[in-house]
Amino acid sequence: MIEKILRGKPAYWMWLAFLGSFIAIGAACYARQYLFGLGLTGMSRDVSWGLYISQFTFLVGVAAGGVMLVLPYYVHNYKVFGKITILGEFLAIAAIVMCMLFIMADLGQPLRAVNVILHPTPHSMLFWDMCVLIGYLSLNILCGWVILTAERKGVHPPRWIYFFVYLSIPFAVSIHTVTAMLYCGLPGRHFWLSAIIAPRFLASAFAAGPALIVIACLVLKRVANFDAGKQAMDKLVTIIMYAAMLNTFFVLLEVFVGYYSNIPGHKHSIEYLFFGLEHHGHVYNNLVPFMWTSVVLNFSALGLFSLPYVRRKNEFLLGLSCVMIFLALWIDKGLGFVFAGFVPSPLHEIVEYIPTLNELGITIGVWATGFFILTVLYKIVVGVEHEIES
Amino acid sequence: MYNKGTIIPGLVIFVLLVTSPIWFNGFKAATPPKPELPPGGEKNCVMPKEYMRDNHMVLLNQWRDSVLREEERVVVTVDGKNYRKGLQMACMQCHSNKEKFCDTCHTYADVNPYCWDCHLTPKEAASKEVTH
Amino acid sequence: MDKQRRNFLKIASVTALAGIGAPALVRLTSTAAVASEHVAAAGHAPAKEKAGAHGEAAPKGVRLGMVIDMRRFVENPRLLNNAIAACNLVHNIPQIDNSKSEIKWLWKAPFTSVFPEQSAYHAAGNVENTSFAVLCNHCDDPPCVRACPTQATFKIPGNGIIAMDYHRCIGCRFCMAACPYGARSFNWEDPRPYIKKYNPDFPTRMRGVVEKCNFCGERLALGQEPACVEACKGTGAMVFGDLNDPKSEIRRLLDKEFTIQRNASLGTKPSVFYIV
Repeated sequence: MIEKILRGKPAYWMWLAFLGSFIAIGAACYARQYLFGLGLTGMSRDVSWGLYISQFTFLVGVAAGGVMLVLPYYVHNYKVFGKITILGEFLAIAAIVMCMLFIMADLGQPLRAVNVILHPTPHSMLFWDMCVLIGYLSLNILCGWVILTAERKGVHPPRWIYFFVYLSIPFAVSIHTVTAMLYCGLPGRHFWLSAIIAPRFLASAFAAGPALIVIACLVLKRVANFDAGKQAMDKLVTIIMYAAMLNTFFVLLEVFVGYYSNIPGHKHSIEYLFFGLEHHGHVYNNLVPFMWTSVVLNFSALGLFSLPYVRRKNEFLLGLSCVMIFLALWIDKGLGFVFAGFVPSPLHEIVEYIPTLNELGITIGVWATGFFILTVLYKIVVGVEHEIES
Repeated sequence: MYNKGTIIPGLVIFVLLVTSPIWFNGFKAATPPKPELPPGGEKNCVMPKEYMRDNHMVLLNQWRDSVLREEERVVVTVDGKNYRKGLQMACMQCHSNKEKFCDTCHTYADVNPYCWDCHLTPKEAASKEVTH
Repeated sequence: MDKQRRNFLKIASVTALAGIGAPALVRLTSTAAVASEHVAAAGHAPAKEKAGAHGEAAPKGVRLGMVIDMRRFVENPRLLNNAIAACNLVHNIPQIDNSKSEIKWLWKAPFTSVFPEQSAYHAAGNVENTSFAVLCNHCDDPPCVRACPTQATFKIPGNGIIAMDYHRCIGCRFCMAACPYGARSFNWEDPRPYIKKYNPDFPTRMRGVVEKCNFCGERLALGQEPACVEACKGTGAMVFGDLNDPKSEIRRLLDKEFTIQRNASLGTKPSVFYIV
């Protein structure tokens, strides 16, 4: 099936070359960082995690989101998703590769990464995160490949594969739960120390992942003549809506707990995100415009989704709403959640984090790598579908 | 054979690439290294010479773990002289010239241990000396 | 093979000591672990502390700790600077003039930073205007050790010091997020150009690893006091010793004075105490 990658229209090659140029920029920036050290980033003693870890956190969610297709199709036998379930599985592969690249980019001593395996430490959540991420990646490669091969040959997939398909469902939940546990088990970081972090992560993941799949389906329909089907898209949008509403509800609960309890530690980070935090006469408010953009995008997208016209008739507005909700969740989790956890610092100082150009270059490079992998994988899917049809 | 025109030149290029180190060095073996013996004239090491030659890295790793993890910062006694366990504390007391001792073999074998990223050689330590 | 032999020797020596019933000599050196194991084995373990279910567990072995008497530092404003300078010199700590990437083992901070959970409302003048000494708390239940994925940071069983193995640290900075006291620093770049003078008896660090106060484990092994404690000698500003030894100087001080720990409500059981 790999040979499908090598035949494509000029637009396909142009798109890959476009992504390739960003990958090259990312690689050059990483070479600089590798030689000098993480001092080339905007991270500091007080904000010790930045864009890399926040992108990692968000992308674990995108990977877990694929389960919103696998679960209805394989467990509830929801046939409508038959054609696009593979898209969810392959999206998970691309997203997890990005996660791993972001982790490697974030390590101060990347050559020692194997120490996590050489000295396994069950009391560290990072150890478990590595285990479930590698597990989920392998499961998706295995299931996606075996099922697509069977589809191509026009036969039923072998029965043993269903064991791994069902296993991938708890794994999808576990990757994002364990990622939440990286944060929510740390004493002294009030913003993260909340039992609702894991459910909130899952809710936003189940909106962001499917939103990306809807966007991909709309693009594939135009450029590759691949139609996912109206009913499937409609159901996906329903899933996105419920998940995004749950996420909004969870965030509002955090706001209630902070402000009604009136405990300063619980309010500080929320205040910093949405209104700016005053300290020694200076107001720190870097993230305020981003967060309000996220709020506006979130509610506008939910409003648009609720209109049957958008869901079923106008593909442009549908795509736009999906981009909006994806961006809203990216700002919420891929920026705000991680950065605000460090404000204020344990010694009640406020240090704001501004990523450097080099750091942005690496970040864009990793995203481009992910989309490169996604493009190539989806090319295989589309090629196989066309082969079956003809 | 199909595609003879591409396969044979391809094979030739592959073989040339794989054997490139031989061509670059022109069949000459580099002169074997001669690490400098301790300038202070010490004759014995913590272990026999042969063991140290083959396994000094293993011993250093054992020392590292026992000093850091098991707080066994015990003294090593050689020929009645006491040394504190450790690369910087024990080894460099006799083998005081890293360039003439460690580097000779490490350069020859093209290995780059990261010891010196943290540990100070006597020369480096003297470059910013503590003056009381 | 080597490890097994070492373990055998350890067990053998403890058994032998217990058998002879020699008086336990709790020292701060490397033999401390063995000596205290002997105390427990011979049944002379200190009586259970009168702590309720919410207090600290009955002490086991040696737990090194420190009392910082801020009254002495107020009397002598230059004392803390001397202690910090001694620490920096002994551990080859780089002096980076940039709060983004500075490395701090022992440093100064105002009361409101060191004790953010305490009220500073109408605080006494000497609290408001004094710089407090801040260092790693060497917690009895350290969140950083829990978080580390490679055991590069760990608690030394023999004395309770939270130590770092810079050879193993992968630089993931999970411990920095986990530490509720901001005691950890990361080497964002090569620290050597920023070290003014080298102490030939101690290594430097490399870029890409996390570092922090080690309670001068390397000096304790030589029978010396921590560098900061030595710099305050004779003033009683910093008292160092075994928190589990009822006869130690530090315990006498703790029994006599009212002390506070930094954010003890988090359950980390800090081993550094302050007399304000």
